[in-house]
Amino acid sequence: MNDITKNILETVSDYNGEFKGAYNIRVNGMCASRQSTENIKIEQKEDAPGLVVTVAAGTVGETVYVPACVTAGGIDDLVYNDFYIGENADVTVVAGCGVHSDDEADAKHNGIHRFFVGKGAKVLYKEKHIGTGKGRGAKRINPVTDIYQEEDSVLTMDTIQLSGVDTTDRKTTAKLAKNAKIVVRERLLTDGDEYAKTDFDVILEGENSGADVVSRSVAKGNSRQEYYSRIVGKCPCTGHTECDAILADSGKVFATPSLVAEHQDAALIHEAAIGKIAGEQIMKLRTLGLTEAEAEETIIKGFLK
Amino acid sequence: MLELKNISWSLPNGGREVIKDISLSIPQGKLVVVTGPNGGGKTTLAKIIAGIAVPDSGKILLEGEDITALDITERAKRGISFAFQQPVRFKGITVRDLLALAAGRELNQAELCDLLGKVGLCTRDYIDREVNASLSGGEIKRIEIASVLARGTKYSVFDEPEAGIDLWSFTGLIKVFEDLKNINSGTQIIISHQERILNIADEIVVIADGKIREYGAKEEILPKLLAGDKNAGCPVERRVTK
Repeated sequence: MNDITKNILETVSDYNGEFKGAYNIRVNGMCASRQSTENIKIEQKEDAPGLVVTVAAGTVGETVYVPACVTAGGIDDLVYNDFYIGENADVTVVAGCGVHSDDEADAKHNGIHRFFVGKGAKVLYKEKHIGTGKGRGAKRINPVTDIYQEEDSVLTMDTIQLSGVDTTDRKTTAKLAKNAKIVVRERLLTDGDEYAKTDFDVILEGENSGADVVSRSVAKGNSRQEYYSRIVGKCPCTGHTECDAILADSGKVFATPSLVAEHQDAALIHEAAIGKIAGEQIMKLRTLGLTEAEAEETIIKGFLK
Repeated sequence: MLELKNISWSLPNGGREVIKDISLSIPQGKLVVVTGPNGGGKTTLAKIIAGIAVPDSGKILLEGEDITALDITERAKRGISFAFQQPVRFKGITVRDLLALAAGRELNQAELCDLLGKVGLCTRDYIDREVNASLSGGEIKRIEIASVLARGTKYSVFDEPEAGIDLWSFTGLIKVFEDLKNINSGTQIIISHQERILNIADEIVVIADGKIREYGAKEEILPKLLAGDKNAGCPVERRVTK
């Protein structure tokens, strides 16, 4: 494992020299290392590049790591990973991705993940993206996540992209059965000429299902962000989608949270707030002894925490 | 000693003169309450002391040093704290974060308990809450005051600290100001209309129409205010607790 790979793994998947439990490290489209456990099996997909990860019913407290690294320009990685989470399991899935280019060629990762979450199962899905390298080649990450939740299941998706990715096109869909809940927390920071697009589409099909989709983002430099979020309520259910964005420099944010209520008892809310950092916030922190730059940094750091 | 010398300040773009040639000396270790009718210039004066508003003319001396040209940050570093009348809210910054920023270091549980307890808040319920819209006006006001206490500076300016505070907590707040005076010899400048706050003052300044109308020991000024002295021009609110 070279230093680039190691640095990416440390950043995106809490790697500290080893993974405990089940893992698959993907580097430049190849499997660099893999380990299954008694309860979590990781197998090669037969019909496409990627993995089938199977978590046994009732597995509690285990973590599976499936980070992907693209360490050089000229690589266009495409992977299809399927996760089958057994009934009443309670597990964490860490699936970070880093792309690195030190030359003129683009480095690109396209990760297509599908989650099949069984009855009563709980999943914490952690996803961190980063772009590194001094090359002029673009670093691109295009994640697709399709989630299918059975009754009484809960999926929490914690997704972070904080620097260095030139373009991102994220698409996430979810379909929820009775009493299932999904919580999405997105944190996004773009700078320079970066562009990031996020598109969440959640369909609440089962009675008493619920979705809480919140995105906090900061657009600095000359970067652009597009945020789309749609929650469809087909039954008595609750849905909330929120986009909070801070603009700095010449950053631009386009936000379109939307709701579709197809049942009288679908309780759906959307919110969007975009603006620069309030002058009063900076002033307050300056009265505590921070400089203007320190105050801005503190506000942004807290906002994206 | 904090000295204001011939301070004047007008609204931008040729607007009304809000502070008119005010001179004032505030000795170290005193609790000075600035009172007066609404729109008289009290908050503006407080902001000028903290560097939030820059005077058009005059000088501000802090322990002999001319700090007129120093900005908010530099004045904060020199030991001036300011509690806003309408505190701001922050998404993602917790009460613990804010108090740590104010103190300039991480605070342990006992220190947080001490600070929040002084303003009538239970630490366990608040330290990990964001300083955002989920807090009521009274809660965020108390956290604002706690942030000034956390700094522990020589000069603390409180702009209408009683606003939004319930009657029960108000008693605790009075004690906080008394303790501050007794414990660390800090100078407190409190903008207030409240008789109970005026009652704990060492000195009272009455400002109306941008000018100092009265300035002197509490024993001298307060009776005039309570008697409705037209020169003082300041109706005092009497906050009654049962």
